[in-house]
Amino acid sequence: MNASIIAKFKLSYGEFKLDVDLSLPSSGITVLFGHSGSGKTTLLRCIAGLQKAPEGYLKINGEVWQDSDKRLFIPTHQRALGYVFQEANLFSHLSVNENLNYGLKRLKNSIDVTLKTHIIELLGISHLLARMPENLSGGERQRVAIARALVLNPSILLMDEPLASLDWERKQEVLPFLMRLNQQLKIPVLYVTHSKQEMAQLADYLVLMSQGKVNATGPISQTLSRVDLPLAQDRQASCVWAVRVAQHDSADYLTQVQFSGGCLFLPMIPVAIGEALRVQIFARDVSITLDISTQTSILNILPATILAISNDDMGQSVVSLQVGENQLLAHITQKSAAFLNLSLGKPVFVQIKGTSILN
Amino acid sequence: MLTSADFATLRLTFQVASLATMLMLLFGTPLAWWLARTQSKYKGIINAIVALPLVLPPTVLGFYLLVILGKNGPIGQITTQLGLGTLPFTFAGLVVSSFLYSLPFVVQPLQTAFSAIGNRPLEAAATLRASPLDTFFSVVVPLSKSGFLTATVLGFAHTVGEFGVVLMVGGNIPDKTRVVSVQIYNHVEALEYSEAHWLAGGLLAFSFCVLWVLYSIVKTPSSIQLHK
Repeated sequence: MNASIIAKFKLSYGEFKLDVDLSLPSSGITVLFGHSGSGKTTLLRCIAGLQKAPEGYLKINGEVWQDSDKRLFIPTHQRALGYVFQEANLFSHLSVNENLNYGLKRLKNSIDVTLKTHIIELLGISHLLARMPENLSGGERQRVAIARALVLNPSILLMDEPLASLDWERKQEVLPFLMRLNQQLKIPVLYVTHSKQEMAQLADYLVLMSQGKVNATGPISQTLSRVDLPLAQDRQASCVWAVRVAQHDSADYLTQVQFSGGCLFLPMIPVAIGEALRVQIFARDVSITLDISTQTSILNILPATILAISNDDMGQSVVSLQVGENQLLAHITQKSAAFLNLSLGKPVFVQIKGTSILN
Repeated sequence: MLTSADFATLRLTFQVASLATMLMLLFGTPLAWWLARTQSKYKGIINAIVALPLVLPPTVLGFYLLVILGKNGPIGQITTQLGLGTLPFTFAGLVVSSFLYSLPFVVQPLQTAFSAIGNRPLEAAATLRASPLDTFFSVVVPLSKSGFLTATVLGFAHTVGEFGVVLMVGGNIPDKTRVVSVQIYNHVEALEYSEAHWLAGGLLAFSFCVLWVLYSIVKTPSSIQLHK
């Protein structure tokens, strides 16, 4: 991992203690995931300098923003960051365009003017420029807020539950743009959320937090499949695979996608061959068999080996498996696990009953 | 009709009120900002001191100002040593006492407006490269427009309307410290009711119009706090 974000903070107020020591990748979307009160927002605010941790060290792409040992603390307005709040926090006395220009006017070094045009287009807000914030929908407001942060070409984009205050429909006004951002801009994003859906859709890298501490970090594909983490035990447990469209089978109305080490059939999706997709596979949709059954309605049967098994008190087993270079989770009963005599390293086959496309 | 003496008091009143209002905005704005933002334990006591003129009889304030600003008072001694003489019974004395007397009418609407803005726009501005001072002028001031309008109008109108303090600190010296409210008192004392009517009616109309316009422009009455 190309770690160029180093963040160490210690802070406490009242009962709450934050104690983290993180190295994060310098590209892609890193999701800080946890329940409310887990300290993820506090961590983000410490990174932005909106909150000052008495003990802290923060280095972003070679620039040190805080080093409490050297009494160094760069104030927020001198940090090359973009921040998107839970509420859009647009300036109500300024039009959309003036909101976008607010930060631009204050930049020390002028930046490429085409960036603003590009961002406006990327977030689909060109028709809103003359409006005042009060005349925008929640989703539009949040898109303007994201654009306002991005036009400054920040070295890191910090997003604090940017969709949490929006209803489902408004969320759909923003989410596709977020996914596009990741593909088109090379800015590392730290994204705070407690929504599993957003996490699965957006995360390249995961930081799981609870009670002010980091429980686990890693690429999403590996972290979701760790049976020692509570996420894998969850009823909605799933894995996310990065795949590429290989070919369309119009006769059967199927699309074949490729991952490192195999391929999957999905219901036909209208995207070009070669496109990258994220596929979510829920653990409850995965079953395990010892030999390839020829008599089955299930299309996707892949060879796998067992990586780990974890049993709960309710007769359920969570099994993680290696499939090609990917990991997969299966929720099965302990009775089935005993019947199949599953053990670590054992070669098996997984049957995948369903998948969903995340983008 | 108004006599030339009446016009002189009107002119003087306008000068005192304008100057005092400017000073109140100048000092009241940072004070209100501090009061709206601080977590300091001194917030309560400072708030109480600023609000004192709202509840004190003007004569009490006037009396202590006379004592403090007078030749033997602590401030009086300083001004005398500086060669400025003493402030009571001068134009400067009128401005200083008006400033103190009307300050809560400027500070409180501003404080309310600043508190209403909250933290979020300030944090947004900080993440958009604006320094705290820059944020104050580019975000706080425009968002507190109605607070500033209220503060200015109430500060000015209240200074025009004061009587007790100006009489005690300013005295009743024609062309120097005689303001409209004192002039009305003089007319009434001299049983010149028709002259008193002109001035009193004028003041009544002025105050009513000012408040009417204010309440029409500032649609959110919560930002207007009248404590009297």
